[in-house]
Amino acid sequence: MSTMNWFAIGKLEDIPLRGARCVETGNTKIAVFRTADNRIFALEDKCPHRGGPLSQGIVHDGCVTCPLHNWVISLETGFAQGADEGATAPFPVRLEGDRILLGLTDMAEKAA
Amino acid sequence: MTQKLVVVGAGMASGRMLEHLFEAAPGAFDVTLFGAEPRGNYNRIMLSPVLAGEKTYDQIVTHDAEWYAANDVHCRFGETVTKIDRKAKVVFSRSGETPYDKLVVATGSAPFIIPIAGKDLPGVRAFRDLDDVDAMVAAAGRPGAKAVVIGGGLLGLEAAAALRLRGMDVVVLHLMGHLMERQLDPAAGYLLQKELEGRGIKIHCKAQTKAILGDAQVEAVLLEDGTIYPADIVVMAVGIRPEVRIAVDAGLYVERGIVVNDQMVTSDPDILAIGECVEHESICYGLVAPLYEMAKVAAKTLVKQDAAFRPVETATQLKVTGVTLYSAGDFADAEDREEIVLRDASAGVYKRLVLKENRILGAVLYGETSDGAWFFDMLRKGTDVSEMRETLIFGQAYQGGGQLDPMAAVAALPDDAEICGCNGVCKSKITGTIQEKGLTTLDAVRAHTKASASCGTCTGLVEQLMKLTLGDAFNPAAVTPMCGCTDLGHDDVRRLIKASRLKTIPAVMQELEWKTSCGCAKCRPALNYYLVCDWPDEYADDYQSRFINERVHANIQKDGTYSVVPRMWGGVTSAAELRAIADVVDKFNIPTVKVTGGQRIDMLGIKKEDLPEVWADLGKAGFVSGHAYAKGLRTVKTCVGSDWCRFGTQDSTGLGIRIEKFMWGSWTPAKVKMAVSGCPRNCAEATCKDVGVICVDSGFEIHFAGAAGLDIKGTEKLGLVRSEDEALEVIVALTQMYREQARYLERIYKWAKRIGYDEIRRQILDDPEKRKAYYDRFVFSQKFAQVDPWSERASGKDKHEFKPMATLTLEAAE
Repeated sequence: MSTMNWFAIGKLEDIPLRGARCVETGNTKIAVFRTADNRIFALEDKCPHRGGPLSQGIVHDGCVTCPLHNWVISLETGFAQGADEGATAPFPVRLEGDRILLGLTDMAEKAA
Repeated sequence: MTQKLVVVGAGMASGRMLEHLFEAAPGAFDVTLFGAEPRGNYNRIMLSPVLAGEKTYDQIVTHDAEWYAANDVHCRFGETVTKIDRKAKVVFSRSGETPYDKLVVATGSAPFIIPIAGKDLPGVRAFRDLDDVDAMVAAAGRPGAKAVVIGGGLLGLEAAAALRLRGMDVVVLHLMGHLMERQLDPAAGYLLQKELEGRGIKIHCKAQTKAILGDAQVEAVLLEDGTIYPADIVVMAVGIRPEVRIAVDAGLYVERGIVVNDQMVTSDPDILAIGECVEHESICYGLVAPLYEMAKVAAKTLVKQDAAFRPVETATQLKVTGVTLYSAGDFADAEDREEIVLRDASAGVYKRLVLKENRILGAVLYGETSDGAWFFDMLRKGTDVSEMRETLIFGQAYQGGGQLDPMAAVAALPDDAEICGCNGVCKSKITGTIQEKGLTTLDAVRAHTKASASCGTCTGLVEQLMKLTLGDAFNPAAVTPMCGCTDLGHDDVRRLIKASRLKTIPAVMQELEWKTSCGCAKCRPALNYYLVCDWPDEYADDYQSRFINERVHANIQKDGTYSVVPRMWGGVTSAAELRAIADVVDKFNIPTVKVTGGQRIDMLGIKKEDLPEVWADLGKAGFVSGHAYAKGLRTVKTCVGSDWCRFGTQDSTGLGIRIEKFMWGSWTPAKVKMAVSGCPRNCAEATCKDVGVICVDSGFEIHFAGAAGLDIKGTEKLGLVRSEDEALEVIVALTQMYREQARYLERIYKWAKRIGYDEIRRQILDDPEKRKAYYDRFVFSQKFAQVDPWSERASGKDKHEFKPMATLTLEAAE
């Protein structure tokens, strides 16, 4: 059975505006982004191109530009924008008040 | 004897009328001022900037408590007048009766609320007064909050733009086919819609609102076509109607508004009315200019002077920062009318004039409105424009002196007319050189004649001369935009930042009409640099607009680890420093230690979390950041010079260290590498650096604009100076000139080639005043730049950069 676990990972103000922070979950590192208009997104912290840490990129509109080779990744879908092809996994994330909740399915399986 | 004057309504019209009244006849009236809002007169027009957060309430107050006190006005703010008894000449309010000799009704207008289900739900607001603004600001404070604005007219769009600026998701519902249909034609409405959509506002035209949904609070808006827009707040801005209830109850003559004559007197000779509640010759006014005119007339009538209100033409401007839009008069199509239209899609400009019998009836200007006042003036005066019809649409600048063709003016200039004032270049020199040398580009004309090569203000004239000389063969070079977010090039942006004194990234994006909401990874670092450079003491560096290396002061590597390079001044180190590095390498298991090309040591493969501790340990040994990651001064490479070398002519090591200690920490458009060689054998390889010094017996040769990367290029010689002090001043001034003028990521050699080596020599070597000014500006900016970023972070700054937000363990999941 697949289970969805929601974790409170911190508060909105823990992430700089137009910035990102990381969440460590077993084997997977997840980048949590905060856009200029205070929307929150979560992606695996791994560019589909060469695995660059997306959490270290510049956040603009609904995208992040990877610091290694400037691929632009949609925060909402995880898909590379423009001519580049590839995608990184998005994770469900919710803002309740100023609390950020990250949703993980079958975490035990992933971490194992 | 003093008469009792009662004024009902403390809006813009009544405030203005009282001003005129006290000026014309101080003390003639004992004034009581009623206002339904619990505050005095303020500039209602400026509510949009208050909503947008660009102004505060205090800034829009027109009359404060002191003013009322000074004029002995009895203020009854927050007190509504409920009834007028014309026979007894008293008004009724909460606190009882107030008698009057003269009464002025200035009740203004009330927002029109569409009679649909849900209109009374909490969260449904008008956009009329400060309470509405406060409610909207409160709603916008919640992250992810959504607003629906009903009405795509002037007021609705100003509200929408302001709410969007506050970070809300905004939808505008508009009943008609295009926005602001009363002021704009469909084409301008389209441009406006595109602009607003570009800012992330959703526009839904032909939207019939069916109901507002929600239980205890508004939750969504439902349209006739079934579309549902979720909403935390709904703003009704579909129009206003004159607020005439007390006038009707009092039996005054009221049509749509309270009917007044030219003297602003109602059907009761002791009662006047002004403002939006008034109807004059079947017209109700909603714009401020006619209301002020009414205020003036009413004040004169009260003091028994002759005055008459005449219907006026009004012009409209939308108060949304970054949108320039102007409309005036009547521009409907009709048989006997003609129109002149100018469209410039690339510049986002649309202008339309409607003429009848050679007189302007209406004007719509979008994107470029500087001629609005000029058109409006002719519209009001009924000026015959047949003389200038051909060029009318191009504006005032193209008129006058009987010159109709803009090219004709340049063609008519005498040969000895000075075109470029900076370099004293006359017209014949430019046209002559173009023909003689077969020049076809502006850069070539600059190179050969120097015209437009300095301040650039004559560029337009030079281009016209080229067009005149070359005809269609001349095609002005298109400016390469900075990025997809703007049509402006780097140079234009830099100039406008200074000229308009723009001091934040949002200000730049607003004023220069950025096409994206918050830029991209190309323009943001550039803008951040330009602002750091131009306003060193005022600008707050935006780290989120810096590339990761500059944000964490280390170099990111392909696996996401970082490398760290401490400064080794002039490439000189010591046993203690080397020991400290060895200890750090052991303690943090740093996998690779490498000597760099810039005479220092690079430690590679450091985990991001370890960086602050690594820096703390290095800091204890006296190391500071080497800025190996920065668009800034990297290293000053040196040879051992006269201290050790048998050929050394000067203390090259000492000069290198001095330069590095003076200049470290400064941000530059691209990286800057320097070197000082102690003799022309040039062991420090100074002649392929951004700036290099070759020591000779007679002094110091300063070189610049070398490259040894993507391009290989030997330096240009700037000149020879006698002393170390002079060398330092020249190098600093050159660097500052580069800092102020170059485009972001443009290395010195590219910048120098673009603006000309001679121009740099002229400013830095030949002009001591200019040199000193550049030097001083650099020194000033260093006051704010020379802070070691490593020690700051070792002591806790930007902690969030180096720690995960959370670590989720298996136990937590189960």
